[in-house]
Amino acid sequence: MRLGQAFCAMLGRDIRLAIRQRGELAQPLVFFAAVATLFPLALGPEPALLERIAPGIIWVAALLAALLPMDRMFRPDYEDGTLEQMLLSPHPASVLALAKVVAHWLTTGVPVILLAPLIALFLQLPMEALPVLLATLALGTPLLSLIGAIGVALTVSLRAGGPLLALLLLPLYVPVLIFAAGAVERAAAGFPVAGPIYLLAAMLVLALTLAPMAIAASLRISLS
Amino acid sequence: MRDDRVLFEAIGFTLTPGGIIQLEGPNGSGKTTLLRAICGLAPIERGHVAWRGTPRDEVLDEFLAALTYMGHVPGVKRDLTPRENLATNRALTTMEPAMPADTAFDRVGLDGLADTPLRRLSAGQVRRAALARLLVAPTPLWLLDEPLTALDADGKRMLERLLADHAAVGGMILISTHHPLDLADTGAQRIRLGD
Repeated sequence: MRLGQAFCAMLGRDIRLAIRQRGELAQPLVFFAAVATLFPLALGPEPALLERIAPGIIWVAALLAALLPMDRMFRPDYEDGTLEQMLLSPHPASVLALAKVVAHWLTTGVPVILLAPLIALFLQLPMEALPVLLATLALGTPLLSLIGAIGVALTVSLRAGGPLLALLLLPLYVPVLIFAAGAVERAAAGFPVAGPIYLLAAMLVLALTLAPMAIAASLRISLS
Repeated sequence: MRDDRVLFEAIGFTLTPGGIIQLEGPNGSGKTTLLRAICGLAPIERGHVAWRGTPRDEVLDEFLAALTYMGHVPGVKRDLTPRENLATNRALTTMEPAMPADTAFDRVGLDGLADTPLRRLSAGQVRRAALARLLVAPTPLWLLDEPLTALDADGKRMLERLLADHAAVGGMILISTHHPLDLADTGAQRIRLGD
Protein backbone atom coordinates (compact mmCIF):
# COMPACT_ATOMS: atom_id res chain seq x y z
CA MET A 1 0.00 0.00 0.00
CA ARG A 2 2.63 2.51 1.13
CA LEU A 3 5.02 1.00 -1.36
CA GLY A 4 2.42 1.55 -4.07
CA GLN A 5 2.15 5.19 -3.02
CA ALA A 6 5.92 5.57 -3.10
CA PHE A 7 6.04 3.97 -6.56
CA CYS A 8 3.33 6.31 -7.86
CA ALA A 9 4.95 9.36 -6.23
CA MET A 10 8.26 8.57 -7.92
CA LEU A 11 6.58 7.86 -11.27
CA GLY A 12 4.48 11.02 -11.05
CA ARG A 13 7.43 13.17 -10.06
CA ASP A 14 9.57 12.02 -12.97
CA ILE A 15 6.79 12.44 -15.51
CA ARG A 16 6.07 15.92 -14.16
CA LEU A 17 9.76 16.80 -14.41
CA ALA A 18 9.89 15.52 -17.99
CA ILE A 19 6.87 17.64 -18.92
CA ARG A 20 8.47 20.72 -17.33
CA GLN A 21 11.56 20.19 -19.52
CA ARG A 22 9.71 19.92 -22.81
CA GLY A 23 12.78 20.61 -24.94
CA GLU A 24 14.45 17.46 -23.67
CA LEU A 25 11.26 15.53 -24.28
CA ALA A 26 11.43 16.32 -28.02
CA GLN A 27 15.11 15.45 -28.45
CA PRO A 28 14.86 11.66 -28.88
CA LEU A 29 11.91 12.11 -31.24
CA VAL A 30 13.74 14.52 -33.52
CA PHE A 31 16.81 12.30 -33.35
CA PHE A 32 14.75 9.24 -34.28
CA ALA A 33 13.28 11.00 -37.33
CA ALA A 34 16.66 12.46 -38.33
CA VAL A 35 18.54 9.14 -38.20
CA ALA A 36 15.77 7.38 -40.13
CA THR A 37 15.84 10.04 -42.87
CA LEU A 38 19.62 9.83 -43.26
CA PHE A 39 19.42 6.40 -44.86
CA PRO A 40 17.27 7.29 -47.90
CA LEU A 41 19.42 10.39 -48.35
CA ALA A 42 22.57 8.29 -48.41
CA LEU A 43 21.27 5.24 -50.28
CA GLY A 44 18.89 6.82 -52.75
CA PRO A 45 15.11 6.78 -52.73
CA GLU A 46 14.35 3.56 -54.69
CA PRO A 47 11.19 2.05 -53.11
CA ALA A 48 12.39 -1.53 -53.56
CA LEU A 49 15.62 -0.90 -51.66
CA LEU A 50 13.93 1.11 -48.90
CA GLU A 51 11.23 -1.53 -48.51
CA ARG A 52 13.96 -4.12 -48.05
CA ILE A 53 15.96 -2.18 -45.43
CA ALA A 54 13.16 -0.27 -43.67
CA PRO A 55 12.77 -2.68 -40.70
CA GLY A 56 16.47 -2.48 -39.93
CA ILE A 57 16.63 1.30 -40.29
CA ILE A 58 13.62 1.93 -38.07
CA TRP A 59 14.97 -0.33 -35.38
CA VAL A 60 18.51 1.07 -35.48
CA ALA A 61 17.05 4.59 -35.32
CA ALA A 62 14.79 3.62 -32.40
CA LEU A 63 17.74 2.06 -30.59
CA LEU A 64 19.91 5.14 -31.01
CA ALA A 65 17.01 7.38 -30.00
CA ALA A 66 16.64 5.30 -26.83
CA LEU A 67 20.34 5.63 -26.09
CA LEU A 68 20.40 9.42 -26.43
CA PRO A 69 18.36 10.36 -23.31
CA MET A 70 19.39 7.27 -21.32
CA ASP A 71 21.96 9.07 -19.19
CA ARG A 72 19.27 11.47 -17.94
CA MET A 73 17.57 8.60 -16.13
CA PHE A 74 19.74 8.87 -12.99
CA ARG A 75 22.33 11.60 -13.60
CA PRO A 76 20.21 14.63 -12.62
CA ASP A 77 19.13 12.77 -9.48
CA TYR A 78 22.73 11.93 -8.72
CA GLU A 79 23.71 15.56 -9.01
CA ASP A 80 20.93 17.06 -6.89
CA GLY A 81 21.05 14.44 -4.14
CA THR A 82 17.60 12.96 -4.71
CA LEU A 83 19.23 9.65 -5.69
CA GLU A 84 20.72 9.36 -2.18
CA GLN A 85 17.30 10.06 -0.73
CA MET A 86 15.83 7.30 -2.87
CA LEU A 87 18.41 4.78 -1.68
CA LEU A 88 17.92 5.79 1.97
CA SER A 89 14.16 5.34 1.77
CA PRO A 90 12.85 2.41 3.83
CA HIS A 91 11.09 1.24 0.65
CA PRO A 92 13.02 -1.21 -1.56
CA ALA A 93 15.29 0.77 -3.90
CA SER A 94 14.59 -1.72 -6.70
CA VAL A 95 10.88 -0.82 -6.78
CA LEU A 96 11.60 2.91 -6.70
CA ALA A 97 14.19 2.48 -9.45
CA LEU A 98 11.62 0.59 -11.52
CA ALA A 99 9.27 3.56 -11.15
CA LYS A 100 11.97 5.78 -12.59
CA VAL A 101 12.57 3.39 -15.50
CA VAL A 102 8.84 3.27 -16.25
CA ALA A 103 8.64 7.07 -16.18
CA HIS A 104 11.66 7.28 -18.45
CA TRP A 105 10.15 4.81 -20.90
CA LEU A 106 6.79 6.62 -20.90
CA THR A 107 8.48 9.92 -21.73
CA THR A 108 11.12 8.71 -24.21
CA GLY A 109 10.05 5.28 -25.52
CA VAL A 110 6.32 5.78 -26.04
CA PRO A 111 6.73 8.95 -28.17
CA VAL A 112 9.07 7.00 -30.46
CA ILE A 113 6.49 4.23 -30.81
CA LEU A 114 3.86 6.84 -31.70
CA LEU A 115 6.08 8.42 -34.33
CA ALA A 116 7.13 5.07 -35.83
CA PRO A 117 4.13 4.61 -38.21
CA LEU A 118 4.99 7.91 -39.87
CA ILE A 119 8.62 6.90 -40.35
CA ALA A 120 7.49 3.47 -41.59
CA LEU A 121 5.29 5.14 -44.20
CA PHE A 122 8.15 7.37 -45.22
CA LEU A 123 10.47 4.37 -45.66
CA GLN A 124 7.92 2.40 -47.70
CA LEU A 125 7.53 -0.35 -45.13
CA PRO A 126 4.71 -2.67 -46.33
CA MET A 127 1.50 -1.88 -44.47
CA GLU A 128 1.00 -5.45 -43.32
CA ALA A 129 4.28 -5.24 -41.37
CA LEU A 130 3.19 -2.15 -39.43
CA PRO A 131 1.35 -3.95 -36.57
CA VAL A 132 4.38 -6.18 -36.11
CA LEU A 133 6.69 -3.15 -36.07
CA LEU A 134 4.56 -1.54 -33.36
CA ALA A 135 4.45 -4.79 -31.39
CA THR A 136 8.23 -5.16 -31.48
CA LEU A 137 8.67 -1.53 -30.45
CA ALA A 138 6.17 -1.92 -27.61
CA LEU A 139 8.07 -4.95 -26.32
CA GLY A 140 11.55 -3.81 -27.28
CA THR A 141 11.76 -0.19 -26.12
CA PRO A 142 10.94 -0.96 -22.45
CA LEU A 143 13.58 -3.67 -22.70
CA LEU A 144 16.09 -1.08 -23.92
CA SER A 145 15.16 1.20 -20.99
CA LEU A 146 15.54 -1.59 -18.42
CA ILE A 147 18.91 -2.78 -19.74
CA GLY A 148 20.02 0.82 -20.19
CA ALA A 149 19.14 1.68 -16.61
CA ILE A 150 21.66 -0.89 -15.34
CA GLY A 151 24.36 0.75 -17.45
CA VAL A 152 23.38 4.23 -16.32
CA ALA A 153 23.38 3.12 -12.68
CA LEU A 154 26.91 1.77 -13.10
CA THR A 155 28.29 4.88 -14.83
CA VAL A 156 26.36 7.62 -13.03
CA SER A 157 29.23 8.64 -10.76
CA LEU A 158 31.73 8.90 -13.64
CA ARG A 159 32.23 12.38 -15.03
CA ALA A 160 32.44 11.28 -18.67
CA GLY A 161 29.92 8.49 -18.31
CA GLY A 162 28.05 9.24 -21.55
CA PRO A 163 30.40 7.78 -24.20
CA LEU A 164 31.27 4.86 -21.94
CA LEU A 165 27.59 4.18 -21.47
CA ALA A 166 27.06 3.88 -25.24
CA LEU A 167 29.98 1.45 -25.55
CA LEU A 168 28.64 -0.56 -22.64
CA LEU A 169 25.06 -0.72 -23.85
CA LEU A 170 25.30 -1.21 -27.61
CA PRO A 171 26.53 -4.82 -27.39
CA LEU A 172 23.81 -5.58 -24.84
CA TYR A 173 21.20 -4.20 -27.22
CA VAL A 174 22.23 -6.53 -30.05
CA PRO A 175 19.87 -9.43 -29.16
CA VAL A 176 16.89 -7.06 -28.96
CA LEU A 177 17.82 -5.58 -32.32
CA ILE A 178 18.24 -8.97 -34.01
CA PHE A 179 14.91 -10.38 -32.89
CA ALA A 180 12.92 -7.16 -33.30
CA ALA A 181 14.21 -6.16 -36.73
CA GLY A 182 14.07 -9.82 -37.77
CA ALA A 183 10.40 -10.07 -36.82
CA VAL A 184 9.49 -6.95 -38.81
CA GLU A 185 11.44 -8.23 -41.80
CA ARG A 186 9.65 -11.58 -41.67
CA ALA A 187 6.31 -9.81 -41.44
CA ALA A 188 7.18 -7.66 -44.47
CA ALA A 189 7.99 -10.84 -46.40
CA GLY A 190 4.74 -12.46 -45.28
CA PHE A 191 6.19 -15.07 -42.92
CA PRO A 192 4.81 -15.90 -39.44
CA VAL A 193 6.38 -13.84 -36.65
CA ALA A 194 5.11 -15.47 -33.45
CA GLY A 195 8.54 -16.90 -32.58
CA PRO A 196 10.60 -13.70 -32.32
CA ILE A 197 7.68 -11.81 -30.73
CA TYR A 198 7.33 -14.41 -27.99
CA LEU A 199 11.06 -14.33 -27.46
CA LEU A 200 11.02 -10.55 -27.08
CA ALA A 201 8.13 -10.86 -24.63
CA ALA A 202 10.07 -13.44 -22.63
CA MET A 203 13.12 -11.18 -22.57
CA LEU A 204 10.97 -8.30 -21.34
CA VAL A 205 9.50 -10.40 -18.52
CA LEU A 206 12.98 -11.54 -17.53
CA ALA A 207 14.29 -7.96 -17.55
CA LEU A 208 11.28 -6.68 -15.58
CA THR A 209 11.98 -9.25 -12.87
CA LEU A 210 15.75 -9.06 -12.63
CA ALA A 211 16.78 -5.61 -13.87
CA PRO A 212 15.34 -3.62 -10.93
CA MET A 213 17.51 -5.54 -8.48
CA ALA A 214 20.57 -5.09 -10.68
CA ILE A 215 19.81 -1.37 -10.99
CA ALA A 216 19.49 -0.95 -7.22
CA ALA A 217 22.72 -2.85 -6.58
CA SER A 218 24.56 -0.84 -9.26
CA LEU A 219 23.33 2.44 -7.79
CA ARG A 220 24.60 1.44 -4.34
CA ILE A 221 28.01 0.64 -5.82
CA SER A 222 28.09 3.95 -7.71
CA LEU A 223 27.19 6.00 -4.65
CA SER A 224 29.62 4.41 -2.22
CA MET B 1 38.50 5.67 4.02
CA ARG B 2 38.36 7.78 0.92
CA ASP B 3 40.45 6.92 -2.13
CA ASP B 4 42.54 4.55 -0.02
CA ARG B 5 43.34 7.31 2.44
CA VAL B 6 42.51 6.72 6.08
CA LEU B 7 40.40 9.70 7.11
CA PHE B 8 39.88 8.78 10.72
CA GLU B 9 40.24 5.81 12.99
CA ALA B 10 39.21 4.90 16.48
CA ILE B 11 36.17 7.13 16.65
CA GLY B 12 33.38 5.97 18.86
CA PHE B 13 30.27 7.65 20.13
CA THR B 14 26.77 6.85 21.21
CA LEU B 15 23.78 9.04 20.49
CA THR B 16 21.02 8.77 23.07
CA PRO B 17 17.46 10.07 22.74
CA GLY B 18 17.48 13.84 23.15
CA GLY B 19 21.15 14.00 22.24
CA ILE B 20 22.87 16.23 19.74
CA ILE B 21 26.38 15.58 18.50
CA GLN B 22 28.12 18.26 16.49
CA LEU B 23 30.90 17.09 14.19
CA GLU B 24 33.60 19.66 13.63
CA GLY B 25 36.78 19.70 11.67
CA PRO B 26 38.52 21.38 8.75
CA ASN B 27 37.58 20.67 5.12
CA GLY B 28 38.55 17.18 4.11
CA SER B 29 38.65 15.85 7.65
CA GLY B 30 35.95 13.30 6.87
CA LYS B 31 32.76 14.76 8.31
CA THR B 32 30.72 13.93 5.22
CA THR B 33 32.34 10.51 4.86
CA LEU B 34 31.50 9.69 8.48
CA LEU B 35 27.86 10.70 8.05
CA ARG B 36 27.58 8.73 4.80
CA ALA B 37 29.18 5.71 6.44
CA ILE B 38 26.73 5.82 9.31
CA CYS B 39 23.69 5.88 7.05
CA GLY B 40 25.14 3.16 4.83
CA LEU B 41 25.95 5.12 1.67
CA ALA B 42 29.70 4.73 2.14
CA PRO B 43 31.45 1.50 3.12
CA ILE B 44 33.05 1.17 6.52
CA GLU B 45 36.56 -0.25 6.40
CA ARG B 46 36.65 -1.34 10.01
CA GLY B 47 34.13 -0.85 12.77
CA HIS B 48 30.39 -1.02 13.06
CA VAL B 49 27.25 1.01 13.44
CA ALA B 50 24.55 -0.18 15.79
CA TRP B 51 20.93 0.96 15.95
CA ARG B 52 19.24 0.49 19.34
CA GLY B 53 21.94 -1.99 20.28
CA THR B 54 21.65 -4.19 17.17
CA PRO B 55 24.08 -4.03 14.24
CA ARG B 56 22.61 -1.63 11.68
CA ASP B 57 22.53 -4.09 8.79
CA GLU B 58 20.42 -6.57 10.76
CA VAL B 59 17.72 -3.97 11.36
CA LEU B 60 18.28 -1.99 8.19
CA ASP B 61 14.59 -1.43 7.41
CA GLU B 62 13.89 -0.17 10.90
CA PHE B 63 17.01 1.99 10.80
CA LEU B 64 16.16 3.54 7.44
CA ALA B 65 12.58 4.18 8.56
CA ALA B 66 13.96 6.11 11.55
CA LEU B 67 16.53 8.06 9.57
CA THR B 68 16.51 11.39 7.80
CA TYR B 69 19.76 12.17 6.04
CA MET B 70 20.38 15.51 4.46
CA GLY B 71 23.57 15.78 2.46
CA HIS B 72 25.66 18.62 1.10
CA VAL B 73 23.27 18.93 -1.82
CA PRO B 74 19.81 19.38 -0.35
CA GLY B 75 18.13 16.53 -2.28
CA VAL B 76 15.31 18.52 -3.85
CA LYS B 77 14.34 18.97 -7.49
CA ARG B 78 14.84 22.48 -8.87
CA ASP B 79 12.01 22.15 -11.39
CA LEU B 80 9.47 21.31 -8.71
CA THR B 81 7.87 23.54 -6.11
CA PRO B 82 8.59 23.11 -2.38
CA ARG B 83 5.18 21.50 -2.01
CA GLU B 84 5.83 18.94 -4.77
CA ASN B 85 9.27 18.17 -3.39
CA LEU B 86 7.84 17.66 0.06
CA ALA B 87 5.10 15.37 -1.25
CA THR B 88 7.69 13.13 -2.94
CA ASN B 89 9.89 13.08 0.13
CA ARG B 90 6.96 12.16 2.29
CA ALA B 91 5.91 9.35 -0.02
CA LEU B 92 9.41 7.89 0.33
CA THR B 93 9.14 7.64 4.12
CA THR B 94 6.92 5.36 6.15
CA MET B 95 6.07 8.06 8.70
CA GLU B 96 2.63 9.51 9.28
CA PRO B 97 2.80 13.25 8.51
CA ALA B 98 3.28 15.17 11.76
CA MET B 99 1.92 18.48 10.47
CA PRO B 100 0.33 19.84 7.34
CA ALA B 101 2.72 21.01 4.65
CA ASP B 102 1.66 24.65 4.98
CA THR B 103 2.46 24.77 8.70
CA ALA B 104 5.90 23.33 7.94
CA PHE B 105 6.55 25.93 5.23
CA ASP B 106 5.50 28.69 7.65
CA ARG B 107 7.94 27.45 10.24
CA VAL B 108 10.90 27.23 7.88
CA GLY B 109 10.08 30.72 6.58
CA LEU B 110 8.71 29.85 3.17
CA ASP B 111 5.15 31.10 3.60
CA GLY B 112 3.78 32.24 0.28
CA LEU B 113 6.52 30.49 -1.68
CA ALA B 114 5.26 26.92 -1.40
CA ASP B 115 4.10 26.87 -5.02
CA THR B 116 7.05 28.63 -6.65
CA PRO B 117 9.48 26.34 -8.50
CA LEU B 118 12.79 26.11 -6.65
CA ARG B 119 14.72 27.38 -9.64
CA ARG B 120 13.21 30.79 -8.97
CA LEU B 121 14.16 30.75 -5.29
CA SER B 122 17.51 31.64 -3.72
CA ALA B 123 19.97 29.03 -2.47
CA GLY B 124 18.93 29.74 1.12
CA GLN B 125 15.26 29.31 0.30
CA VAL B 126 16.03 26.01 -1.44
CA ARG B 127 17.77 24.89 1.74
CA ARG B 128 14.71 25.91 3.77
CA ALA B 129 12.46 23.95 1.41
CA ALA B 130 14.62 20.89 2.05
CA LEU B 131 14.48 21.45 5.82
CA ALA B 132 10.66 21.40 5.74
CA ARG B 133 10.97 17.64 5.41
CA LEU B 134 12.36 17.41 8.95
CA LEU B 135 9.12 18.89 10.29
CA VAL B 136 6.64 16.94 8.22
CA ALA B 137 8.26 13.54 8.72
CA PRO B 138 10.13 13.89 12.03
CA THR B 139 12.03 10.60 12.10
CA PRO B 140 13.87 10.00 15.38
CA LEU B 141 17.36 10.22 13.87
CA TRP B 142 18.63 13.16 11.85
CA LEU B 143 21.98 13.14 10.10
CA LEU B 144 22.59 16.63 8.78
CA ASP B 145 25.61 17.49 6.68
CA GLU B 146 26.36 21.23 6.72
CA PRO B 147 22.67 22.20 6.94
CA LEU B 148 23.67 25.84 7.49
CA THR B 149 24.99 26.19 3.94
CA ALA B 150 23.40 29.24 2.29
CA LEU B 151 21.20 30.01 5.32
CA ASP B 152 21.11 33.59 6.61
CA ALA B 153 21.20 34.62 10.29
CA ASP B 154 17.45 34.20 10.60
CA GLY B 155 17.66 30.79 8.93
CA LYS B 156 20.38 29.76 11.35
CA ARG B 157 18.17 30.69 14.30
CA MET B 158 15.28 28.79 12.72
CA LEU B 159 17.46 25.70 12.37
CA GLU B 160 18.76 25.98 15.95
CA ARG B 161 15.17 26.11 17.16
CA LEU B 162 14.32 23.10 15.00
CA LEU B 163 17.23 21.12 16.46
CA ALA B 164 16.42 22.10 20.05
CA ASP B 165 12.75 21.20 19.61
CA HIS B 166 13.64 17.83 18.11
CA ALA B 167 16.07 17.05 20.94
CA ALA B 168 13.45 18.11 23.49
CA VAL B 169 11.03 15.44 22.26
CA GLY B 170 13.68 12.74 22.37
CA GLY B 171 15.07 13.00 18.85
CA MET B 172 18.70 12.27 18.01
CA ILE B 173 20.79 14.55 15.86
CA LEU B 174 24.22 14.20 14.36
CA ILE B 175 25.17 17.40 12.62
CA SER B 176 28.32 18.43 10.81
CA THR B 177 29.13 22.09 10.54
CA HIS B 178 32.03 24.47 10.86
CA HIS B 179 29.81 27.30 11.95
CA PRO B 180 29.31 27.72 15.68
CA LEU B 181 25.79 26.70 16.62
CA ASP B 182 23.98 28.12 19.59
CA LEU B 183 22.79 24.91 21.22
CA ALA B 184 23.74 25.78 24.79
CA ASP B 185 20.52 24.55 26.44
CA THR B 186 20.49 21.18 24.73
CA GLY B 187 23.65 19.62 26.13
CA ALA B 188 25.09 19.14 22.66
CA GLN B 189 28.41 17.31 22.53
CA ARG B 190 31.16 18.15 20.09
CA ILE B 191 33.44 15.75 18.25
CA ARG B 192 36.42 17.13 16.40
CA LEU B 193 37.82 15.25 13.41
CA GLY B 194 41.12 15.73 11.67
CA ASP B 195 43.43 16.61 14.58
